[in-house]
Amino acid sequence: MRIHIKGGTLIDPAEGTQVAGDLFIADERIAGVRSAPAGFQADRAIDAAGLMVCPGLVELSARLREPGFEYKATLESEMQAAVAGGVTSLACPPDTDPPLDEPGLVEMLKFRARSLKQARVYPLGALTQGLKGERLTEMAELHDAGCIGYGQADAPIANSLVLSRALQYATTFGFCVWLRPQDPSLAHGGVAHDGQVSTRLGLPGVPVSAETIALSTILILAQETSARIHLCRLSSAAGLELVRRAKQEGMPVTCDVAVAHVHLSEIDLGFFDSNCNLIPPLRSLRDRDALRQGLAEGTIDAICSDHTPVDDDAKQRPFAEAEPGATGLELLLPLTLKWAQEARVPLPVALRKVTSEPLRILGLPGGRLRPGEVADLCLFDAQARWKVEPAALFSQGKNTPFLGYELPGRVRYTLVGGAIVFER
Amino acid sequence: MSGNPQLSPEGKLRHLLTIEGLPPEILVQILDTARSFVSVTEREVKKVPLLRGKAIFNLFFEPSTRTRTTFEIAAKRLSADVVNLNIATSSQTKGETLLDTVANLSAMHADMFIVRHSQSGAAHLIARHVGPHIHVVNAGDGRHAHPTQALLDMFTIREYKGGFHQLRVAIIGDVLHSRVARSEIHALTTLGVPEVRVIGPRTLLPAHVEQLGVQVHHDMAQGLRDVDVVIMLRLQSERMDGALLPSAQEFFKYYGLTPEKLAHAKPDAIVMHPGPMNRGIEIESSVADGGQSVILPQVTFGIAVRMAVMSILAGN
Amino acid sequence: MADMKLPDPEALLDTLAAKIRADLRPETALVGIHTGGVWVAQRLHRMLDVRLPMGTIDVAFYRDDYKKKGLATGVRPSDIPFPVEDAEIILVDDVLYTGRTIRAAMNEIFDYGRPTSIRLAALLDRGERQLPICPQYVGAEVTATRDQTIELKRDEAGRLALALVSRSA
Repeated sequence: MRIHIKGGTLIDPAEGTQVAGDLFIADERIAGVRSAPAGFQADRAIDAAGLMVCPGLVELSARLREPGFEYKATLESEMQAAVAGGVTSLACPPDTDPPLDEPGLVEMLKFRARSLKQARVYPLGALTQGLKGERLTEMAELHDAGCIGYGQADAPIANSLVLSRALQYATTFGFCVWLRPQDPSLAHGGVAHDGQVSTRLGLPGVPVSAETIALSTILILAQETSARIHLCRLSSAAGLELVRRAKQEGMPVTCDVAVAHVHLSEIDLGFFDSNCNLIPPLRSLRDRDALRQGLAEGTIDAICSDHTPVDDDAKQRPFAEAEPGATGLELLLPLTLKWAQEARVPLPVALRKVTSEPLRILGLPGGRLRPGEVADLCLFDAQARWKVEPAALFSQGKNTPFLGYELPGRVRYTLVGGAIVFER
Repeated sequence: MSGNPQLSPEGKLRHLLTIEGLPPEILVQILDTARSFVSVTEREVKKVPLLRGKAIFNLFFEPSTRTRTTFEIAAKRLSADVVNLNIATSSQTKGETLLDTVANLSAMHADMFIVRHSQSGAAHLIARHVGPHIHVVNAGDGRHAHPTQALLDMFTIREYKGGFHQLRVAIIGDVLHSRVARSEIHALTTLGVPEVRVIGPRTLLPAHVEQLGVQVHHDMAQGLRDVDVVIMLRLQSERMDGALLPSAQEFFKYYGLTPEKLAHAKPDAIVMHPGPMNRGIEIESSVADGGQSVILPQVTFGIAVRMAVMSILAGN
Repeated sequence: MADMKLPDPEALLDTLAAKIRADLRPETALVGIHTGGVWVAQRLHRMLDVRLPMGTIDVAFYRDDYKKKGLATGVRPSDIPFPVEDAEIILVDDVLYTGRTIRAAMNEIFDYGRPTSIRLAALLDRGERQLPICPQYVGAEVTATRDQTIELKRDEAGRLALALVSRSA
């Protein structure tokens, strides 16, 4: 289908440009930017007046809950949530049930996702069998099945030797290893940042050292093995400093932050709001401000939502018994816009964190508004404000610390491969 | 998340979940009302008809005979009907969620829930989900709060010391795991005690505890110097397993309350303990049974204080 | 009506004391109801040289309006320092009105024991009873409208005064 997107504002985050203009789509790709290709006849015109037109969002961590956790959410509902949030590509962590440690499981997931004809799904394979941190998975086979990286999700690798070998093996093939730095013994039993809020609320804490000690281990081993690593969900100022130094030394390391940590801190736990039970925990205001600084200066490459839908029963429990996680695919864009407004970051630069940078981390092309590029697009009204309520979300997970917030940014159209997969 | 969940929009006490966030006037009202209930407990007919027709449900998810019995006696002295639910043996083990249990009980016309739970925040969760005319009293949630214990301790202090404004109070022992300690710190600071000290080994004091408004001591002799009120906390045996302490013996040697250590405090200092006591671990018997101990009166005052809490709540 | 003059309580005390003195026996005990009734009872106790110590009760825990108004703040402890069993009690209140306070006071006294008799002395009776309660000793009778409260006050020197307070709508 040939589509003429008229009268919008074109944002190319990688170029850093924001210019009024039309966009022309044909054969799944961008056929023309600002001027129509010769002889172009649109089958459909989209009136994009007042809308921003940018490359589709790329989510680095979305739990689709299949296979295994279908009572929490289904592929259908979460993929719908993705495109409702303007997400056109997403990576999902390997902690399904069973974990993605077998090529067959990966193929099935990719097949199921493809048949929905919505966002592109890039599974992360398990780094160790069963995520147990003991035996390596068949990374090469998993790669052939479609995995773009390997990780442990939130399962720890307590044994440094195993971690070292896993990194070495991945390096053999040039694979990227995704790791969330958390020392399992220091974090054991903790459900909140070990600070003044956890002391007052009487909640077991996870100290910052759980992150920095694990980061040190990972960075040293990565350096020794020359591995390519992506660090997931930084949460502390001290952790960020370690990453900053590693980057300054030229290590091939990238990192992301979950969008909740860009905005919230331990104070938001309030009176035991279990929607704020997250992994890693929300830390102090100082940590939050350091993360925002890290984003602005580029030490933090990308923002993700860490989308983790949880059923209501699992959240309506005493804080420490509640299941951690927040739904987020539909909030990634609004919360990124909110950060951009507050931090006075120009919109194209801010959107890099959720478009071109995640693509770079995933090792995928795209993310630009240029003729020939695949037409994965998000058209949104940056001025529209909407209230975050359960009824407003497509995701089956209604668990978010941002319930009741009024946020900017409403997605109106999402296109994947030139096809309109969502419109509002 | 708006305002204090314990207070109604008019500022009246709707639930008692934690001392934190309560204005001193409410604490004083509870203490003053408790005074009247003490005189009720001293006469032959120890009942008043105040809560006649009200149903009070003891929801103890964590077993406790002492506290539950105290609440039961207090409720019966207010002429209320009491139902005891030892949840560990009933619906919870069948997988019913906490909120489902509460909803079922609310449907049985409960007026008040007395809740004890092993998880911090359980009472807050229940209070968020009960109907408008049901009141929740936190009888202890995880490490977070035990407000009625703190109130009866404040009552005890006021009985023996007259007031709060000139006192030095020391809380000794496992503050990290203690909901009693947290509630007491909030109560003491709210009521205007100028100096509140915590004494214990570093592993048993929470991070940032000084931000609660206390002075931190690791030396018993220094920490007890010129103190008017000594509050001993219970040490649970599990602490040795978690690499927090090497042994009960070493703990007793450095942090157990003996007559020699007590001598550092003022000669008329009172010794308190929320109970149950581990004699020989945190406190020596001679002190527990000695002239400065007010541990037994604490128990009597506990009934009056709980009567005060329930009668104020039920009327709001 | 707005200028209604209230009698002087000091004079009423003399009237009341004279009436009670006629029936006073060694077994007679006074019990004052907080707060005004206690002040009156204290004065009477001295004037009549009553042998038994005086009792004070705060009827807060026996009121019939708890469900509507909740528990009053400023509750005082009740204290009856003589055996109620077989006692001859004179209950003392400042202003007798609907009779509900007296009903509560009697219920409270009965939770201490079974007295031989309870008689009622009131400094002022403003009528409009809602329960079958009647005083044996009254200082004076007055009338007031429903929106008016009659309050007994006491200064630092211990002198009593009566005030009429209108609850403006």
